[in-house]
Amino acid sequence: MRIELEKRASASSLFQIVSPLLALVLTLLFGALMFWMLGKNPGHALYAFFIEPLLEVWSLHELAIKAAPLILIAVGLSVCYRSNNWNIGAEGQFTIGAIVGSILPVLVPQWHSPLVLPLMLIMGAIGGALFAAIPALLRTRFNTNEILVSLMLVYIAQLFLDWLVRGPWRDPKGFNFPQTISFAKEAVLPELLESGRAHWAIVFAIIAAVGIWFMMRYMLKGFEVTVLGRSERAGRFAGFSSRRMVWFSMMLSGAFAGLAGISEVSGSINHLQPSISPGYGFTAIIVAFLGRLNPLGIIVSGFILALTYLGGEAAQLSIGVSDKVTRVFQGLLLFFVLSCDTLILYRIRIVLSSDRAAVEGRS
Amino acid sequence: MLEAILLTIITAATPLVIAAVGELVTERAGVLNLGVEGMMIMGAVCAFAGSYLTGSPLLGVLCGIIGGALFSLLFGFLTLTLVTNQVATGLALTILGLGLSGQIGESFVGIPGVKLQPIVFPVLSDIPFVGPLLFKQDITFYLSIALIIGVNWFLFKSRTGLKMRAIGDNHGSAHALGINVIRTRYLAVMFGGACAGLAGAQLSLVYTPQWVENMSAGRGWIALALVVFASWRPWRVFAGGYIFGAVGILQLHAQAFGIGVPSQFLSMLPYAVTIVVLIIISHNRRTTLINTPASLGKPFVPDR
Repeated sequence: MRIELEKRASASSLFQIVSPLLALVLTLLFGALMFWMLGKNPGHALYAFFIEPLLEVWSLHELAIKAAPLILIAVGLSVCYRSNNWNIGAEGQFTIGAIVGSILPVLVPQWHSPLVLPLMLIMGAIGGALFAAIPALLRTRFNTNEILVSLMLVYIAQLFLDWLVRGPWRDPKGFNFPQTISFAKEAVLPELLESGRAHWAIVFAIIAAVGIWFMMRYMLKGFEVTVLGRSERAGRFAGFSSRRMVWFSMMLSGAFAGLAGISEVSGSINHLQPSISPGYGFTAIIVAFLGRLNPLGIIVSGFILALTYLGGEAAQLSIGVSDKVTRVFQGLLLFFVLSCDTLILYRIRIVLSSDRAAVEGRS
Repeated sequence: MLEAILLTIITAATPLVIAAVGELVTERAGVLNLGVEGMMIMGAVCAFAGSYLTGSPLLGVLCGIIGGALFSLLFGFLTLTLVTNQVATGLALTILGLGLSGQIGESFVGIPGVKLQPIVFPVLSDIPFVGPLLFKQDITFYLSIALIIGVNWFLFKSRTGLKMRAIGDNHGSAHALGINVIRTRYLAVMFGGACAGLAGAQLSLVYTPQWVENMSAGRGWIALALVVFASWRPWRVFAGGYIFGAVGILQLHAQAFGIGVPSQFLSMLPYAVTIVVLIIISHNRRTTLINTPASLGKPFVPDR
């Protein structure tokens, strides 16, 4: 028995919608299997993981808090991946964005002005963009692989943050805890509604998604991204510069990741500490693919992946499985998304060995 | 003192060399598997589990190799049979590997592991200085040397190796000549997975004989960089592995010495050096173009 692929005449519009759904269903099935193997009741576990967090107001707020950085980062990454630039260091750009954005509230806490917060957000975005400019520079100037460079920079960014909060930026009155002073009120991203903790980051994320959707669909720049991503040669003939596209896509995604970083620190954590992200930068890669690199799809997939974080925490308490299950779910999901996407371009035929002779006889 | 430092450098370099030479074979067949980190960590946890459950670290090594190879099969199925994007699938493999290993290894956290015992060559190991360094090592070190020699011979002296390189450089022509592209690539991917698994086993049974979550700490990615650094040649992988191993160990010694630089900056060194080395190697576009397997990362669907 073997599996053969037959290219469809055109991309199947049915499977463009069905494929992510199919991937979700398969992930849930495998998840159920995994819980069963861990000795838990699969139905109960999946309920605790994926339904329970949706039933209370406070946890819906948490969902929005976790979805915001995922959507924001993934929207930027979608532009990168569509243009065939592989920025996988968003986690590092997130970290540097958080650091650069925190310069004002940490170093000049006595400056109380309504300007503080907007400046912080802008500085965060610039920090992330500049950090992403390093792989862009090395790629365009020295032809260096941007995948490896952007990933190496994640480790460097995290160590740099670790040094800052244990060294020069440590709160002198913080009982030696490795963290900076808490941000003043002007430096904290305000809450969105009275009913809970969710802050403005989710609004930024949705604005970014809609903005990029508009760009990709109606603006020349979006067309340029698509053409260069499909074929660099074709893009050159159209007068587009792949070099400039490296800069554009990397810095755009860096800026979004940086904005996500400072929003998270300002809105949720209120100070800097050695660990500020449960891997948002890497999970956003999954979000981008589950959303089929479409900004509007990414909004939906961002909430789904945020749910896996929340579900992991909830399941830890209610049914006693470890939070590592979250990572497994996320990894499985990406696998299924990628395999189901094959159905969009190909028809899959399973050839039993008995018809093999017939096939060969024909050809 | 020097001997002790050299010994630790060998221990640090061995996993890099092994994982990189495996990925080298995969890439020579034209497949870019970015999941080395994931396969390595799966190898580490399987090896620890095997050694803990059977009491024999040697069986643990075997479990690591098998674990890595089976895990790479997942990547092979997606990229070779379902023709998914290799970059994205490799990332997926890494993400899944880090999660799955954490889940599997949860009950092993804090348990002291069994260290793989060295194999002592009589007489040879008594040679001063050289003896303990080269003839009193555990099996993974000997395997790393054997792998370099073996892969070098296979790629450049054997007929099958020639066919494999042909596939990596032009899968269309290789297919037209009747070489089974997909099958060869499956084997190359699994070889890469087995090597990454062995490298992981070295981490959890020799380098630090215990299970720690995320203990591969980016070594899989450094191994990927090493392949580029080595311009897809086994002996250069060997040299590169030792340079990177030395940087990693010397910065640890510098930290212990307290040379006035914050430890975090010293810890950045291996990653920073990787970037610098990549710049030096890649800046000449022409040599990069000549060395890179021409079909690397490109999808292949046989026409019928």
